[in-house]
Amino acid sequence: MTRYLPYLLVGVLFGFVLIKAETASWYRIQEMFHFQSFHMFGILFSAIVTGLISVQIVKRLNKQTALDGQAIAIPEKAPGRKSYLFGGLIFGFGWGLIGLCPGPIFALVGTGSLGALVVLAGALHGTWLYGALKQHMPH
Amino acid sequence: MDWLTHPWPWYVAGPLIGLMVPMMLFIGNRSFGISNNLRHLCAITQPPKVDIDFFRYNWKEHTWSLVFVIGTGLGGYLAGVVFANPLPVELSPAAQEMLTSWGFTQPGHNLVPEELFHTSVHNFTFLFACGVLVGFGTRYAGGCTSGHAITGLSTLQLPSLYAVLGIFGGGLFASWFLVPRMLQ
Repeated sequence: MTRYLPYLLVGVLFGFVLIKAETASWYRIQEMFHFQSFHMFGILFSAIVTGLISVQIVKRLNKQTALDGQAIAIPEKAPGRKSYLFGGLIFGFGWGLIGLCPGPIFALVGTGSLGALVVLAGALHGTWLYGALKQHMPH
Repeated sequence: MDWLTHPWPWYVAGPLIGLMVPMMLFIGNRSFGISNNLRHLCAITQPPKVDIDFFRYNWKEHTWSLVFVIGTGLGGYLAGVVFANPLPVELSPAAQEMLTSWGFTQPGHNLVPEELFHTSVHNFTFLFACGVLVGFGTRYAGGCTSGHAITGLSTLQLPSLYAVLGIFGGGLFASWFLVPRMLQ
């Protein structure tokens, strides 16, 4: 079990930050999509820039092994366009309406929000629906 | 201990979220992303009779990811309950004005509006339906804000740029055209 401990701790940090930065706030998401505050854009841009710089550093390190001894390799997303655009659009509709994307859903469930649990239940059903319809969808 | 209860500014939160990408690489060569867990939860609960291909795989190999989101929930509990922010969300004046015009009497009083989240058949139907869009869309796109916007863009992947364009297009449409109408 101890090998899972680092994931638990980093997950706790992630959930803590999501709530402290109010990314699970429906109000903040409406504010973002109406370009009324830099807050959410600042979070996204600085997260991407931090990720970008640190990945470039990792790539230039001599010793590229993870804690468990595996070699570090960054997987490529499968090539394509339709599924990314259409899937993104559908997810974006949901995000714009309910102000929660998957990370904040889990964090908000942790705060004891029954409504967030209902969103999670819906998200599981949506995922299941995609699995059932996958072969009929354009990719 | 104010820093534990007060909200964190974007320049603290953003870099911490961005650091998830190298931290996951260093812990076990993992790609940071959240929405895959929805798939794993479906794989765990799929009844043998249903047997959809997409959910037939060894989910136990992804236990690390499920542990991560359990942590995310715990972190949410710590930040939202144990070290709860006693103050309202500090929305910009423009957002407050817009939200007031949409009929909210106390915009930002809690993280989420009571009007949409309090227990009622009407609200829970809406929340569930939006959840379906989030679950369907993220799996169709193969990722969400964490997997595409943060991991995908910070590793310079073109498919993630398409996904992010889709996400923002959908979000803008919903927020500008659907939300105001739905509240009237």
